[in-house]
Amino acid sequence: MTNNYLDIIRPGINTTFQDKGRDHLYHIGIPFSGAMDNRNYLIANKLVNNNLDSAVVEFAYQGPHIKYSGEKINFAVTGDVIFSIKKNNAEIEGNCYQSYQIENGDEINILSTNKSVYGYLALGGELDLKFQWNSCSINTKANIGSNDGKKLDAGQRINFKKINSNKDVKKINYINNKIENIRVMKGTNFDYFSEQGKQTFYEKEFIVSKLSDRMGMRLEGPKIENIVNTNIKSEGLIKGVIQVPADGNPIIMLSDHGTVGGYPKIGTVASVDYDRLVQMAPGSKIKFKEINLSDAETLFKLYEMETQNLLSQI
Amino acid sequence: MIKNISNLGDAALYCDFGNEVNKSINSQVIKYFKTIKEKKFEGINNLTPSYNKLIISYDLKKTTFKEVKKFIEKINIEDSEKTNSKTLEIPVCCHENFSIDIKRLEEILKLSREKILENFLNKEYFCYMTGFIAGMPFLGDLDENMRAQRLETPRVKVPKGSVALTEQFANIYTFESPGGWNILGNTPLDVFDSSKEDKPNLINPGDTVIFKEITLDQYKNYND
Repeated sequence: MTNNYLDIIRPGINTTFQDKGRDHLYHIGIPFSGAMDNRNYLIANKLVNNNLDSAVVEFAYQGPHIKYSGEKINFAVTGDVIFSIKKNNAEIEGNCYQSYQIENGDEINILSTNKSVYGYLALGGELDLKFQWNSCSINTKANIGSNDGKKLDAGQRINFKKINSNKDVKKINYINNKIENIRVMKGTNFDYFSEQGKQTFYEKEFIVSKLSDRMGMRLEGPKIENIVNTNIKSEGLIKGVIQVPADGNPIIMLSDHGTVGGYPKIGTVASVDYDRLVQMAPGSKIKFKEINLSDAETLFKLYEMETQNLLSQI
Repeated sequence: MIKNISNLGDAALYCDFGNEVNKSINSQVIKYFKTIKEKKFEGINNLTPSYNKLIISYDLKKTTFKEVKKFIEKINIEDSEKTNSKTLEIPVCCHENFSIDIKRLEEILKLSREKILENFLNKEYFCYMTGFIAGMPFLGDLDENMRAQRLETPRVKVPKGSVALTEQFANIYTFESPGGWNILGNTPLDVFDSSKEDKPNLINPGDTVIFKEITLDQYKNYND
């Protein structure tokens, strides 16, 4: 243990610790969890010389206001985020994708995400967090992970186990490009929907609803008509599956999703679009575009190469 | 046996064992699940067995649909030993505070509250799978006259401990979560305990569960 710590002055909304998540527990009902936007998670860690699978602070809409105590340390924020750094009563505006050095008494105030949902705060070192099933990712629904599986709260103190000796500050030019078209593959119950329902799904616009969180994204818009059965026998789900319950409004499964579900699956979001999908804030317009499996695989490969390329520039 | 393999998105295999729900198909699914888990194929991560489907997730950075499919098609399922299954009694309180959907059930099933409870309680149910939320058991089968569909729009919050019905199944919400099942009562028992990393689930596939009614007072004092 060190004498370096964070005091949470204001927790923000849905502020949790996340890492790579848990990838082997669906069979007992424990979801993937982990950072929602994987690319921004990885970049944040790289900017502060952390291992790529280190824990970061993930926030939605509004981030935390934090006071740091201890030796010099680096931090970086990724996403599309407005934040400031306060040093000796002087406040400067911070830039994403750039690491900064802070020292005893400095404050980081993450005001909001800009037309997006999630942002990441990485700190150069290792936070003292509890691991469950090899991950500190917080799942607030099941109260699993670090911080007793709960969101961060005002007045909390988080200790560092160690801080990084490499304190080089780094920067990368990167802009989160936003998308409206989400590419999907046909779901296993695609034929449950009427011709008109299928057309609605691929041609009409949907709006991301306020009732969206780390578990799922609910969409509003034209109803998708089911002509076979609005229930199926509960079966496994994965991130990105789009279920359509009886009311005809699609729900996209996100990282903390229930591991099984009983609504027909009309489609599954291609992995290449997942990071950008989760960043679509309530009110955003969304349109689905069909692609086949081999295109989805190729596109993901390219996306992954681009991510690795970005990381290698840091 | 697996009747068909297709892709669920670009990072999972959808293994279809048919549409029937019974113990024999379900135990085939469980056998595949256990065998695949033991073989540790590079890239395969999450496995989700259910009544008659098995979903095999993989890391798209490490493998592809084609490779995993080939591997699954070559697998021989040996008759694995019977697993240790147990019978558990689960206390449930069906006081009006908890039986949120009793009116809905009375209307759909055309049965009185008393009859619904009589049909539901003190019977043996088989655990087909666990999931949706951590540790939630899927139990069956309910009597023919007890089968109701899910809610049209799922609730955003179902209280922890809720005992709920849909079609021929019953389940227990191990903590507060969204959900669309018909809520009949509530158990004070912790069905999922994350502090036990080895065995977080009280009820596991293959187990038998019997619901025993308790009063509101017994419910309140249960954890004292």
